[in-house]
Amino acid sequence: MADEMKIGAYICKGCGIGERLDAGQLEMTATRDGKAKVCQQHDFLCSEAGVKMIQDDIDNEGVNHVVIAACSRRAKTEAFNFENVTLSRANLREGVIWVRPDTDDQQETTQEMADDYIRMACAESKFMHIPASSGQQSVNKNILIAGGGVSGMTAAIEASKAGYPCTIVEKTAALGGATAQLYKKIPTKAPYTDPEDNGVAELIAAVEADSNITVCLNSTLTKTAGAPGRFEADISTESGSTETKPFGAIVQASGFTPYDANQLPEFSYGKNKDVVTQAELEALAITANGGAIKRPSDGKEVQSVLFIQCAGQRSKKEGHLEHCSGYCCNASIKQAMYFKDQNADVDTTVLYTDLRTPGAGGENFYRSGQNKGITFRKGVASEVADGANPTVKFKDLILDEDLEQEVDLVVLATGMVANAGEPTREQITISENEAKEAGNEYKVSVESILNLDYRQGKDVPHMGNGFADSHFICFPYETQRTGIYTAGPTRRPMDSQQAMDDAMGAAMKAIAATENSGLGKAAHPRVADLSFPSVRLEGCTQCKRCTVECPFGAIDEDERGFPQFNESRCRRCGTCMGACPVRVISFENYSIDTVGQQLKAVDIPDEFDEKPRMLVLACENDAYPALDMAAQNKLEYSAFVRVIPVRCLGSVSLSWITDSLNSGYDGIMLMGCPSGDDYQCHFVKGSLMAQERMSKVGDTLESLSLEKERVQTFEISITDIHKVPKIINDMADTIEQIGMSPFKF
Amino acid sequence: MSDLSSKLNTGMVEKYRNNFLKEVEANVEEGDWVKMCMQCGVCSGSCPLGAHWDHPPQELFMMIRAGKRDEVLQSTSMWMCTSCYNCIVRCPRELPITHIMHGLAHYATRLGIEPKGQPTRQFAQLFWDNLAKHGRVNELWLGVNLYFMNGIVEGIKVALGMAGIGLGMLKSGRLSLKELIGGHTVKDKKGFHAMIKKAQELEAARVDGSN
Repeated sequence: MADEMKIGAYICKGCGIGERLDAGQLEMTATRDGKAKVCQQHDFLCSEAGVKMIQDDIDNEGVNHVVIAACSRRAKTEAFNFENVTLSRANLREGVIWVRPDTDDQQETTQEMADDYIRMACAESKFMHIPASSGQQSVNKNILIAGGGVSGMTAAIEASKAGYPCTIVEKTAALGGATAQLYKKIPTKAPYTDPEDNGVAELIAAVEADSNITVCLNSTLTKTAGAPGRFEADISTESGSTETKPFGAIVQASGFTPYDANQLPEFSYGKNKDVVTQAELEALAITANGGAIKRPSDGKEVQSVLFIQCAGQRSKKEGHLEHCSGYCCNASIKQAMYFKDQNADVDTTVLYTDLRTPGAGGENFYRSGQNKGITFRKGVASEVADGANPTVKFKDLILDEDLEQEVDLVVLATGMVANAGEPTREQITISENEAKEAGNEYKVSVESILNLDYRQGKDVPHMGNGFADSHFICFPYETQRTGIYTAGPTRRPMDSQQAMDDAMGAAMKAIAATENSGLGKAAHPRVADLSFPSVRLEGCTQCKRCTVECPFGAIDEDERGFPQFNESRCRRCGTCMGACPVRVISFENYSIDTVGQQLKAVDIPDEFDEKPRMLVLACENDAYPALDMAAQNKLEYSAFVRVIPVRCLGSVSLSWITDSLNSGYDGIMLMGCPSGDDYQCHFVKGSLMAQERMSKVGDTLESLSLEKERVQTFEISITDIHKVPKIINDMADTIEQIGMSPFKF
Repeated sequence: MSDLSSKLNTGMVEKYRNNFLKEVEANVEEGDWVKMCMQCGVCSGSCPLGAHWDHPPQELFMMIRAGKRDEVLQSTSMWMCTSCYNCIVRCPRELPITHIMHGLAHYATRLGIEPKGQPTRQFAQLFWDNLAKHGRVNELWLGVNLYFMNGIVEGIKVALGMAGIGLGMLKSGRLSLKELIGGHTVKDKKGFHAMIKKAQELEAARVDGSN
C-alpha cells in the first residue's frame, strides 16, 4: 500500500462500558501507547451515527487501520464492516466488563485489562495489511461428479438447475448405481406403509434430457490435478481414450460396495444356495416381478424366509464391519413385504438385535411391517446349518432360549463398504511399516476414485471405518480436500433417499466453491476471507513441515523442495504458519507479528505488584465463542488474563510461547477444539498439533527453569461455557501457588 | 362345563395348529394388537407388580409370536395384572396391554386351562359369582368367602384378625348384618339374569361359529 498507515481508534461507551471504565484513560492509552493518530469516543458506536463517524474518518482523514474498542469481534460484524481498511477489535464488553465484578476494589484491575486490550488491538493493527486476492484465480462453473448413482444424478440435476454445467463420470455402462438394482425402494412419502418404485428411470430421463449435463459412461478419472476453480480431470474410457477437461469443483458420489458375504462361512453363504444377501434377494424379486419369489436352489416358491440382521456388521470380529450400515433394517422390512404383499401366508421372520429404522417414515414403515404380519424376533443368529432347507440357529434375547428355525430361504443383511478410494499417503505408510514388521509386502487393495495429483495422496482422507472424512458435526459435506465434496454412502452409510438429500447439499457446497475460488475467497469456515499464505522463500529451509502438516493438502513442493501454495485449496487456518520453524509463512491479516506484537503490547507489572499475567490463545471457532458466551452469562474470571483469538491452535507458533515466557507472562493457556475420532476442529487436527508442539515446550521451560504447569493445552468445545471461566481461575490459583515468573523486567 | 371347555381347547389347538398368534388375534380381547409390540420393555419396567410376574407383558407377546401356547395360557402372569393402566399409558405403540392381559386370562379360563390355585384368579371367580347372583356385589359375603377361600381354619384366623375393622365398620354404619340374609339386589333381578344368559349364549355361538 502506498498510503501511510494511519490508525484510528474508536471507543464505544455503550452497553455499560462508559460507566465501568474511564474512557479518557482508554483514549490516552490508544494515542500514547497505541499510536493512534485519530481517537474518538462515542456513546453508541454501532449506531448509524457511530458507524458514520468512523466512515467519515476513513473517507476524510485517511484512516486506514481501524481499531474498535467495544464488544467482541464476533458481535456487530454487520455494523463494523468497512471496506479497504484493516479492522482490529478490542473486546471491552465480553472480554472485560462482563467478566469482572462491578466493585470499587476491582476497578483498578478491570481498567488495566481494558487498557491492555486497547494496546493489543493497536499493536495488531500496526502489523495487519489489507488482503487482496492473488490473481491466481479464475471462475469455472463446471462441476465434475464422480459416480452416476442416485446421489450423482441428483447432484447433477440440482447443480444444473442452478445454472452450473455438470459432467457425470460413471465407471459402469449405465447410470443408476445400486438403487437401479432394487426391485422397489423404502417408501419416501406418507403414509410410509408400502415399498415404492425405485425412481431411477425418472432420474435417468431427467439427466438425459438436460443439455447442461454430460454423461461419460464406462469411464474413470485417471488423474485429477489442480485446485478449486481450476481442476483438470483426465476422463478415460474403457476403450483407452482420454479427455482432459477443466472443472471448478468436484462432487464425489462413488457410493458403496456390498460387504462380501463370503466372509461369513458360519451362515453357509456360498455353500447353501438358499442363503442369499439382500442384494441377491432384490434380483430374485425382480425376476419374480410381483409373482411368488422362487428360491435359487430348486425354484420352489418360498413359503418361509428369515432375515438375519447385522450379518457381519456391528461386530468387532476380524473381517467384520464395525459400523451399522443404517439402511438394512428398513431394507429387510421392505423385502419381507415383497413376500407378504404377494402372499400373506408366507412366514417371514426378521431376526434383529436392535431394529433401527431411520428417516421420516422409518417407524411407520416398521409398524406397517408388523401390521402385515412380519414376525420380528430379537435374537442373534450363531449359525445357519446347511441342508435341503437351511436351519437358522439363534438365541432369542427376549425369551432367553437357544432355538432353531428351518426355513426355505435365509437373507443376510450385510452392510456397506464405502467406495472412498485409497487411504492417504500417511495411512499407507503406517500400514506399509506394519506389514514390513510382520515380514509381508503391503499393497493398496482398493482402486483410487479421483487419482488426485496431490502429494498427500490420491483420494480424500478417510475417517472411521473407511468412509471419506466429512466433518460430520459441523459441515457434513466438507472433506479435507477443498473443492471436493462427498455425498451419499461414500461419506457415511445411508439409504437412497438420504443419499439424494445428501447430494443436494454437496451440490450446493460445490457451487459455493466454484464461486468463492473464482473470487479468490476462502471456502468454509473462513468464508470470503481473501487472505492467503505467502512465504518468504529466501528464508525457507525446505523442511517440508508445512506441506506435511497442512490438513487440506493445499501445499505441494517444487523440484527444489520449496513449498508451492495452492491458494484456492487453502482454508486459511494458518497451520503452515504455526508449523514453520523459521517463521517465513504469513497472511496479510494474520501473521507471527499480528499475534506476537499483541502479546508484547501487554503491560507486564513487575514481580512485586502481585499482578500476574496469563495469556490465553483461544481458537476463534469454539473456545473464543465459549468465552463470549460465558461473559454473556456474566460468569466471572480472573482479571489477570489476556485473551488473543487465533484461527486455529494449529496456527500457534512456538515463537509466541517463548516470546511470552521471555516477556514475563506467568501462565499460558492454549484452548482448542476436542480432538480424536469425534474431533470438532474446523481444521481437522489443530488441537492435536498444538499438543504435539507443546510437548516440546517442556525443554524450553526447563532451560528457563520454569515450572511445566505454566504452559497448558485445553480442549474446549463451544458449549463449555461454564468450564472456561473455571479453568482460567484454576490457572490463576496454580500461578498463585507456584509463584510469579522471574522473567519480568 | 369342564368337558365343554376341554373340547373347545382341543378344537382350538386343532384349528390353529402352531399359529398361536392367529388364535390369539381371533379369540382374545384386543388380541390383534399383539403383533404390534416392538419389544421395548416399557410395560415391564412400568408394572408396579412387575417383579412378581413370571413373564412380563412384552415377554408374553414374544411368547405368543413364538407359538408357546401352553406356557402362555397356563401362566400365572396375566393374573397378576391389577389394572393400574401404567403400561397402557406408557406404551409407545399404544397397545391396550391391560385389556390384552385380561383377555388372555379370560381366554385361558374359557378353555379351562387357567392355573387353578392362583389367588387372584380365585378372587376374580368369587367376585363374578357374587355379582352374578343379585346383580350387585354383596360385600359382606364377598369378604366372608374370601376369608374362607383357603379352608375353615385359615378363614377363622383371618376373620378374627379383621374383627376390629369389622366392628368399627358396623358402628359407623358402613356394614350391615342384614346383608347376610339375602342382601340388596338390582330392581329387575329376573331381567338381569336373562341378560347375562343371553350374553353367554351369544358368546358361545360366536366361539362355536368361529370354531
